[in-house]
Order: sequence, then C-alpha cells, then structure tokens
Amino acid sequence: MAELIIISTLNGVLFGMLLFLMASGLTLIFSMMGVLNFAHASFYMLGAFFGFQISRRVGFWPGLIIAPLLVGAIGALVERYGLRNVHRHGHVPELLFTFGLAFVIEEVVQMVWGKAPVDYRVPSALDFTAFTVFSTNYPAYKLFMLLISIGIFVALLAALTRTRVGLIIQAALTHPNMVAMLGHNVPRVFMLVFGFGCALAAVAGVIAGPALVTQANMAALLGPILFVVVVVGGLGSLPGAFVASLLIGLIQTFAVSVNASLADLFGAFGIRLAPSSSLSDLWEVTVAQIAPIIPYLLLVLILIFRPTGLFGTRET
Amino acid sequence: MSEAAETARLALPTSARPSLLRRHGIWLATALAFAALPLVFRSGTALTMMSLMGIMIIFALSYNMLLGQTGMLSFGHAVYYGLGAFFVVHAMNAIIRAKYPIPLPLMPLVGGAAGLAFGIIFGSVSTRRGGTAFAMISLGLAELVASSSLILRGFFGGEEGITTNRTRMFRVFDLSFGPQLQVYYLIAAWCLICMILMYALTRTPFGRMCNAVRENPERAEFVGYSPTMVRFIAFCLAGLFAGIAGSLAAINFEIVNATYVGLQQSGVVLLAAFIGGIGHFVGPVLGAILVTYLQIMLSDVTEIWQLYFGLMFIAVVMFAPGGIAGLLLMHAPLVHARALHRLIVPYILLLATTLAVGIGAVLLIETAYHAMAKGSEGGAMRMFGVAFDAATAWPWLVAVALIAIGSFLTRLVWPMVARAWNKGLEGAHGGGRA
Repeated sequence: MAELIIISTLNGVLFGMLLFLMASGLTLIFSMMGVLNFAHASFYMLGAFFGFQISRRVGFWPGLIIAPLLVGAIGALVERYGLRNVHRHGHVPELLFTFGLAFVIEEVVQMVWGKAPVDYRVPSALDFTAFTVFSTNYPAYKLFMLLISIGIFVALLAALTRTRVGLIIQAALTHPNMVAMLGHNVPRVFMLVFGFGCALAAVAGVIAGPALVTQANMAALLGPILFVVVVVGGLGSLPGAFVASLLIGLIQTFAVSVNASLADLFGAFGIRLAPSSSLSDLWEVTVAQIAPIIPYLLLVLILIFRPTGLFGTRET
Repeated sequence: MSEAAETARLALPTSARPSLLRRHGIWLATALAFAALPLVFRSGTALTMMSLMGIMIIFALSYNMLLGQTGMLSFGHAVYYGLGAFFVVHAMNAIIRAKYPIPLPLMPLVGGAAGLAFGIIFGSVSTRRGGTAFAMISLGLAELVASSSLILRGFFGGEEGITTNRTRMFRVFDLSFGPQLQVYYLIAAWCLICMILMYALTRTPFGRMCNAVRENPERAEFVGYSPTMVRFIAFCLAGLFAGIAGSLAAINFEIVNATYVGLQQSGVVLLAAFIGGIGHFVGPVLGAILVTYLQIMLSDVTEIWQLYFGLMFIAVVMFAPGGIAGLLLMHAPLVHARALHRLIVPYILLLATTLAVGIGAVLLIETAYHAMAKGSEGGAMRMFGVAFDAATAWPWLVAVALIAIGSFLTRLVWPMVARAWNKGLEGAHGGGRA
C-alpha cells in the first residue's frame, strides 16, 4: 500500500506538472486575449514530433532547445497572421479559428508521420533506474521530467513577478490601453506571449513524448483535459491552473490504481444486485475503468457548486 | 446589413404583409423539390446521399439555434444527436419484441424526447454562462458522454454498437421501409417538418429574445428576460431537434455506435453550420448539403480530404465569417439595383485567378503528401489527368508558380471587383433618388 501511494504520488505530481506546463501558457493567452486556444494541445503534439525528428538527426538534447523554439515561432506566426486578423470578428470566430487549426495540425501530423506511434526513445544518458521503492524501479527519465517542469515553473513565476518584462505582461493583461500609451507595442507583447505559451507546450511535448506515446491523436487525448484544468482552476488564474493541474494529475493517477466498484462497496454491507439487471454495468464498473471520465465529472461538479472555478474571480 | 432588412420587414404594417401563397410559397417549393428529387437522381448513391443530407440539414439547423440564433458555441452537440439515436434503437428493439402497434415514422419522436430530456439535464448545468465558458463546458460534457459510451457497454453496445431492423416494425399502408426510397421520403418529410418548425421559432418573440441574448445579454436582462432562461430553453429545443436528426440517422443505418456521440460528429456539425453561414436561416442548410456532399465525394478522390476540410473551414473563418449564405446575400442590394451584370466580367477574372491559387495549393499538398507518405512507392502520380513525378522539382515549381502568379493577379483583379461593386451600388442609390 505504501509503495502504491508513493509511486502514485510521484507519477501524479509528474503528470500534474506536465499539465501545468501547458495550462500556464493557455491561461496566460486566455487572460490576455480572452480566447481559449483550442490548438494549444496541438502545439504540444508538434513539440513531441519535432523533438522526435530532431532527436533522430542530432540527438535529444539539441531537440529540447530547438523544437520549442520552432514551435514558438510557428505559434507567433499563427498569432500575427491568423488570430490577429480574426480578432476583429469577435471571440467566437477566434475560438473557431483555433478549432480549425487544431484540426489541420492533426491532419498534417498524420500526413507526415502517419497514424501509428513513432519510436521516440528516452535518451541513453537518462535510461537508468534512479531509485527503487520497495520493489518498483523508478526511471531516471521521469525524475528528469519532474525537475524540468518544476524548474520552468519556478523560472516562470520569477519572470512574471520579478522582471520588467513580466511586469509589462501583467499590466498588458488588465490595462492594455494604458500600457500602449506608455509606449509599449501591445500587439507585439501579445504575439510574443502567444509564441512563448506555444513554446512551453512544446517543451512539455518534447519531454513527455518518450515517456508517453508519441502519436497523431495525442493532442485530441490531452486537449479536453487541459480545458478542464483551466476551467476548474478558474479561467485566467495562474495559481488556480497550478492547483488544478496537480489535483487532476493526482486524481487520475490514483484512480487508475483503485480496483473497487459500487458492487464491492455495497457488497461489503451485504447488498447485492441481480447480475442481469440493466444497471449492472454501472454497478460493476471499477474506479480504474472510469478514471478517464473523472476529470469531466469534476468539471461538472465544480460548475454546479463553484462556477468561477477554484481560484477564479470572473464568470466569463 | 441583414439585421437592418429584418427589422425593416418587421416594421411593416400587417396590411402590407405579402399574401398567403407568397409567404408560404417557399415551403411549398421545398416540399415539391423534396418529392421530385428522387425522380431526377435515381441512383442508389444519390438516394443515400440525399437521405444523409436531409439528416444533416436538421442537425445543422438545430446547431444553429445555439450558435447562430443564441450565440452559444457548442463543441458537444452530437451528444443529443447520438443519445437520440441510441434511445430510438433501444425503443425500436423493445417495440419489435413486444409487438406494439407503433409504426416506424413516429420513432423520431422518441429520439426527440431523449434529446430534449438530456438537453434539460445538461442544459441546467451548462447554460448559466455564455461565451467561452459555455463552449468549454459543452466540450467537457461531450467528453464525459463520449467516454461513458465506451464504459457502459450494456446501453451503448461497446465498440460494435447496437443494431436494429426497421422493416420489422408495425406497418401502416403496407410500407416496409426496406427500400432506401421509402427511407428517403421518411427523412424528407421529417426534414421539412423540422425546417418549418425551426424557422417558425425564429419568428416568435422567443426567437427574437434569443437574438437579443446573443447580441447583448445585459440589455436583454434589462428588458426583463433572464438570459440564462432564454439560453436554457434554446438549448433544450436544439437538443430536441438534434435528437430527431439522430433518430433518422439510426433508422437510416440501422446501427448506432459510440462515434454518434463522439467529438468528431460534433465537429462536423459545427463545420457544416459555419461554412454554410450562421447568420442566416438558410446558411446551415447550404452547409449541410455541401459538407455531406464533400464528405462522400472528396473521400473518394483523395486520402487527405479532412485536411482540405480543415483548411476550407479556416478560410471561411478568416475571410468570410458570414459563410456561403453571407457571401450570397451580400449581393442582394445589387440584385435589387439590377446591377449584377456589372460583376460578371470581374467575377470571371477573379474566379480564374483564385482557381490558379487553389490548384497550386492542392498540387503542393498532394505532391508533399505523395513524397512523404508514399515515397517508398516511387514518385509517379497523377493529378487532374496529368501524370508526373513527385520526386523531381517540377511539380513543386509549378505549384509555387501557380500560387505566386495567382495571388499577384488576384490582387490586381480585386480593385476591379470593388469598382464594379461600388458603381452598381451608386446606380441603386441614384435610382432611389430619381
């Protein structure tokens, strides 16, 4: 039991930090432009595939730098030549634009790399066991992922609160006109933040690619969870996104390892259901089986009881 | 622009309203067209395609009740479509087992009721907020239902889905609904009923309040209506019609599986409604017809048809947010001024240059796809009836040249179009003064 708890906690925090790498960019972009970037998970996927391609040519470590830069540049171009033009039509067309973009990116990735998973491997320098808890070997690569995510989190926090650039960004979130009056190029700030957010998602993709499966559907798998994180944390709240990322990371990891069902629960009290009844599916299903839908259940509960999200201050 | 025209029409005194035939003539014409289409297009493929178009028209129009009329962007409309389909299939199987005297044509009512019921359940948690928040919630709910559909195997039938047999239902007038033609007429009849109902709804005070909530929820609240309530009712009704569309799909295919409630299906209806144009009632109808046609025809021509779909969608969002209907109705003032002929020559030129860009882009995409996905099979390929080798530089050069020259010429032609347009409008105003 203790082994399960320790390993699940580590994995949960790791998954949560990965989610936060993406959710932070998404939240920054949302606070700034009021548009949720539907294609954010697609940039994560692009990061993974670029990382894979670069790791085959020049190795994993250059890929860790080059892939996010490339994806960040693509993101900035998308903002400059796509989103900015759509902006005058309003928020719904903006959201639809990113929706179409996600669609196109998935198709292009399928076109280039195919539908099957690609062979993206852990770099050999990190391919060893870091430590052993009871009988489980914990891979060093996962520890490396954890360190990178925490490192970026700390750097991001410091940059936003302690540096001049961070102050301008924070000011541009709430008072874009005033910041423009003071002589800053606000559209350019937006473009850079958009590109930077995409680059962060790409970092998550590059480091998550070898550990998870690098495949053309990885954006579609992760994208909706990312939105759950952002809504549960409170739209536009960075601390909220952080807490929600960890929460969902932990919940999902723990749920997968619990093998109990309603039948077990009620069986303990001596209540049994006829096996052929139409409710038997609901009755027999285990917590591990419903792990994929737990984030969405959480989303619905949050919306009923706390529509602003955990840390949010505004409703829309 | 269309908004102004609508208000103008509303302001007309009752005595000036057009006669009964003129008001309802369009529906009569639609009914006649629906009845006559199978006589013109007799092939099996055409019948199937027209059946699918009818289903898609209902589905897209129900979606537009949300996006176009009330301004709610939903990423999970297929939930109500799919659940309607599942409930209909289960109801049909139960009716066949118990031999109840309920005929097939009434079954969409069951699906509609299911769509309405789930619209009430999910609507009560998701319509409290509009805008981006609503969009995210709809996505979460869609994921919830889509994931559940794979877990609850008893109801959703797992991967293989649930089948039924429409011919074993109770028969009236000796209609077996075995032949596709009979199914087509069933779908066409329901499509016409739903179209009329949904159009009538836009003309009611409730329909107007939906538009008010879309434009400015705060003001709508000051008038004394609760935006949440208006959104909720619109959401439930959209669920009802989506359920009817889903039932017809279930009757048409006689099988329902998890893809019915999936995100892909929600995406398709969003694409159809938006490409057709969400600002006008006729838009989603055009979009449904076009998207269904492309889905079937394009997938025969190219393997990467979904990419073209996505690119087309982005192009519409960026350059023509009014969709096809918006583009067409933009010409109304010119038609009114009898100045449409001025545009013929500029439009032919514009068509030629845009076509050059389009062909260049398609050539580029197809050659790239061939070089990357089928590089091992050699570079030989055919397009537009011309054989060439994707491994050489030629197709790339031709494609880039077409795009470059085409866009350059488009820029030259564009001012001509604008001039012709302005001249036509000037004529209209001049005529008005005289």
